[in-house]
Amino acid sequence: MINASLKELSAALAAKQLSSVELAGLFLDRIERLNPLLNAFITVDRERSLAMAREADARIARGESGPLTGIPVAHKDIFCAEGWLTSCGSKMLSNFVSPYDATVIERFKAAGTVTLGKTNMDEFAMGSSNETSFYGPVKNPWDTAAVPGGSSGGSAAAVSARLTPAATGTDTGGSIRQPAALCGLTGLKPTYGVVSRWGMIAFASSLDQGGPMAKSAEDCALLLNAMAGFDERDSTSLERPAEDYARDLDKPLAGLRIGLPKEFFAEGLSADVAQAVEAAIAEYRRLGAVAVNISLPNMKLSVPAYYVIAPAEASSNLSRFDGVRYGWRAPQYGDLADMYCKSRAQGFGAEVKRRILIGTYVLSHGYYDAYYLQAQRIRRLIAADFAEAFKSCDLIMGPTSPSVAFGLGAKAGDPVQMYLSDIYTIAINLAGLPGMSIPCGTGARNLPVGLQIIGDYFGEARMLNAAHQYQLATDWHRRAPAL
Amino acid sequence: MGIANWEIVIGLETHAQLNTASKIFSGASTAFGAAPNTQACAVDIALPGVLPVLNRGAVERAIRFGLAVGGKVAPRSVFARKNYFYPDLPKGYQISQYELPVVSGGGLTIRVSRGDTAEEKFVRLTRAHLEEDAGKSLHEDFHGKSGIDLNRAGTPLLEIVSEPDMRSAEEAVAYAKALHALVRWIDICDGNMQEGSFRCDANVSVRPKGSDTLGTRREIKNLNSFRFLQQAIEYEARWQVETLEDGGRIHQATVLFDPATGETRAMRSKEEAHDYRYFPDPDLLPLEISAAWIDEVKAGMPELPEAMQARFERDYGLSAYDAATLTAARETAAYFEQAVAATDAANAKLCANWVMGELAARLNREEKDVAAAPLAPAQLAGLVARIADGTLSSKMAKEVFDGLWNGEGKDADAIIEAKGLKQISDTGALEMIIDEVLAANPKSVEEFRAGKEKAFNALVGQAMKATKGKANPQQVNELLKKKLGA
Repeated sequence: MINASLKELSAALAAKQLSSVELAGLFLDRIERLNPLLNAFITVDRERSLAMAREADARIARGESGPLTGIPVAHKDIFCAEGWLTSCGSKMLSNFVSPYDATVIERFKAAGTVTLGKTNMDEFAMGSSNETSFYGPVKNPWDTAAVPGGSSGGSAAAVSARLTPAATGTDTGGSIRQPAALCGLTGLKPTYGVVSRWGMIAFASSLDQGGPMAKSAEDCALLLNAMAGFDERDSTSLERPAEDYARDLDKPLAGLRIGLPKEFFAEGLSADVAQAVEAAIAEYRRLGAVAVNISLPNMKLSVPAYYVIAPAEASSNLSRFDGVRYGWRAPQYGDLADMYCKSRAQGFGAEVKRRILIGTYVLSHGYYDAYYLQAQRIRRLIAADFAEAFKSCDLIMGPTSPSVAFGLGAKAGDPVQMYLSDIYTIAINLAGLPGMSIPCGTGARNLPVGLQIIGDYFGEARMLNAAHQYQLATDWHRRAPAL
Repeated sequence: MGIANWEIVIGLETHAQLNTASKIFSGASTAFGAAPNTQACAVDIALPGVLPVLNRGAVERAIRFGLAVGGKVAPRSVFARKNYFYPDLPKGYQISQYELPVVSGGGLTIRVSRGDTAEEKFVRLTRAHLEEDAGKSLHEDFHGKSGIDLNRAGTPLLEIVSEPDMRSAEEAVAYAKALHALVRWIDICDGNMQEGSFRCDANVSVRPKGSDTLGTRREIKNLNSFRFLQQAIEYEARWQVETLEDGGRIHQATVLFDPATGETRAMRSKEEAHDYRYFPDPDLLPLEISAAWIDEVKAGMPELPEAMQARFERDYGLSAYDAATLTAARETAAYFEQAVAATDAANAKLCANWVMGELAARLNREEKDVAAAPLAPAQLAGLVARIADGTLSSKMAKEVFDGLWNGEGKDADAIIEAKGLKQISDTGALEMIIDEVLAANPKSVEEFRAGKEKAFNALVGQAMKATKGKANPQQVNELLKKKLGA
C-alpha cells in the first residue's frame, strides 16, 4: 500500500478495501516510526489528520468523492494552513499558528485530501540542503548521512521514505526539482502563475511557485489538477481555462524533439550524473524522440542574477517579520529599534540574514542600477535564450543537479558551493518556465539521479506526458530506499 | 534687507484619501472612526503569505483626477515598494508608485486676492500617484507603551505633487483650497481635513528677489488645515530669511509645524534621511490603463469648475468673479443652478447675489454646508422672483429669507402673506399717503424748496414710516418729486 500510486489508492478507497482513516493511520504510524530518523516533518497532528480522514470517508460514503478524496498529502511548512503551526522552518514563526488557509491548502481540502502534517524545509525556503531549518536538518532516506536537497527537503524525504503518498513543495530556484532529484522522486514546478501564491509564505515573489512532489508523473498530474488554477487573490495568478494535466499522459513520444543545451553537459557536471542522464536520453530516443543540440548562452549568468533578484525581493518580503504583530519577539529589549534588532537577530538564522543583507545592499541607493536592474536585464536575456531554443525543440532535458546527494555539512560552510548546486534549475525560475525532475538512474553511492525536463510556458501536460512515457518504460521511479 | 527682499518658493505635496468603500489592496472597509484594528484584514496586518490585489475604484479615481487637471494618464504605471521599518507599517514597506506614476503633468488655476482685485495663476502639477496609507501609532493611553491601530493601513491615497510654482503663503493656501475643491468636485475624496482625508506637505525655500536658482528647501510635514498651512509657511519663510541674513545656511530637512507655538522644528536632516530602497513590487502587475477605460471615465465626469464658470458668465451674464465664487464648490454651483431653473434666467444675477450673500453668510454663521441649508433652491427662487417683480424691498426680502430659513412658511408668498410684508406699489394709495405727509410737514417742504436736499430724504422717510416700510421706495421718490415739482 505504501508504494501504491494515487490512482491505486483512490481505487482502493472507492472499493472500500480500506478507509481513509486506515490509510492515514498507516502513514501516521510510519511517520511516528521513521520521522525521528529523518526529521522530515515539523508538525504532525494525528487527531486533526484523522478527523479529516473521517470527513473524507463520509464523503466517499456519500458518493461525492473525487480522484484525490481520502488521500493523505503532506504540506511544506511554507503553506499557511488554518489551525496548524506554519513555521516556514524558522524560529521567527515558531509560534505562528495560521488563522487562514493558503489557496493550495484550500484546494486540497476541497478535493478531500487528508493533511498528514507539515514538512520540514530550509528556513524561509533559503537553502539547497535543508540544513538551514530551525528544526534541524532533514536526512536523505537513501543515505541518512546525506542531505535530501532543499528547500523542500522535508517533503522530498517524506515521499521518498513512503511517509506520505504525496507532498507539496515550492520552487524558487530549484527547491522542488533538486530535492526530488536527490531523493529519487518526481517533482514539478509549474509555469509561474499557474499555482496561486496566496498563503504561500513569500521568499522571492517573482520566482516562487508551488508544485507537487510524488512518486510518479501520473501522480503529479493528478496533484497539479487539484493545485492549479486562477486565484483572484494573487495578482500574478494567470487567468486561463482550467486544464487536465493528465490528458496527454498516454500520447506516444514519436517525433518529440528534445533540446540538449550544451551548457548543461559542460564542466561542473559530475560523471555519474552525466552518465545517468545520457542513458535517459538514449531511452527517450528508443521511445521515438529526437535529440537536438541547443545552446542557452546566458545560462552562466543565471546564478549571479538569481542571487541579486531573489535576495532583493526576500529582504523586502521578510520585513514584515518584525516582532510587532506575531512571530518571535525578543524577550528583552530597550527601545523600538532595539526590539526590531534583537527580535530579527534572534528570529532569523544565518542564511536568511545573509540573504537579507545581500538584498538590502543591492537595492540600496547607488547600487540599484548596477545590481538589481542589471540582474533584471540578464533575466530577460535568459528568457530570450529559452524562447530561441524552443523554436527548435519541444522540451529541453538535462541534469537537475550537478551531483547526487552530498553529505550533511559538506557544503554548509561554503555558500557559493551551495548556491552552485542549483546551477541547472535557477534559469528556469528566472524565465518563469515549467520544469520537473524525474528519477533516471543512480550515481555515486547508489544514490538517485534526476533528469530535468523543461517545457515551454504552459507545457506541463507535455512534460508530464514525456515523463510518464519514460516511467512506463523504466522503473527508476519505483525504487524506494530501504528503511 | 528683510523679507521684502526675498522671494519665497513653495511646492506642495498633497495626500488626498480616495473615497473608495474598501482599501486599495484589500477588501477591508475604509470607514473612519471604527474601534481600533476592527477594519484590518489579513492583508492589512501583513500576515505571512498574504498578497495585495489592486482596487480598480482607486485607479478610476486617479484617472478622474488626471482628466480634471489636464494631466497625462499613463497607459502603464508601476507600483513600487518603499521600504522602511515602523510599527504602523505592517509589511515593512509601503506600496506606492515611484518611477512611473499614474498621472503626470496638468495643472490648476488658482485665484489670489491682490488688494481689491483677484489675480489668476496657473500652478503646474508634477505628478499624482497612488499609494496606501499606513496605520496609526497611539502614544497616549498606554503607560510607557505605544498602541497600534491598523484600521487606516491600506487606505487608498492619491499623492498630488505640484511644481514649486507658488510664491507666497496666500498662493499656497489658494492652491490647496482649489485642489481641495476639485477633489470634492470630481468626487474622489471627501475632503475632511479633521479626519486627515486631505493633508499637505509644503516644500519651502527662499531666494533673493531676482535670483533664478532655487534655495535649499525644507519640507513641512502633515499640515491638516489651511490656517496651519498659512502659518507654517509664513513662519518657515521668515525663519529661513532670518537664518540667511544672519549669515547662516539652510540645510535640507524635514520639519514639523507645532500649532501651539506656531513654529516649525526639524524632524530629521537629509543625512538622516531613509534609503527607501524602492523597487517594483513583484506581487503586483504593472497597472495598465486602456484608452477605452479612460474614455469610459471621461464619459462619467461631471462638468468641471472652469467650464461651468465660463458657462455661467456666458449664459447668465455673471461677472467672472461671481461665476468663480459660485463654482468654488460643486454643491454651491448646483444650488445656484437649481434656483435659477426655478425662476428665470433673467433673475440669475439676483439669485447669484443671494446665494453668495445672505445664504453664504447664514451658512457660514451656522457652520452648515450648502447641502444642509434649510432653505431649498426653489424657495430662494420664489423669494428672488418677488424682489424682481417689486413686491419686496431688500429689507423685506431679508425678513422673508429669515422666515424661510426658520421654516415659517412653505414659500416666499406664504411668508409675505403671513407677515403682511407686501410692498405698497398702488400709485393712488401712495399719493394719498404722500399728500398727508406733505401736509403734516410744511417745514420740510419749505426747506426743500429753499434748496436743502436733506429735507427731501426726510420726507421720503416720513412716507416710509407712514406705510410701516411697505411703500416701494422708488415709487415714493418719484411721486414726491412730482408733487414738489422738482
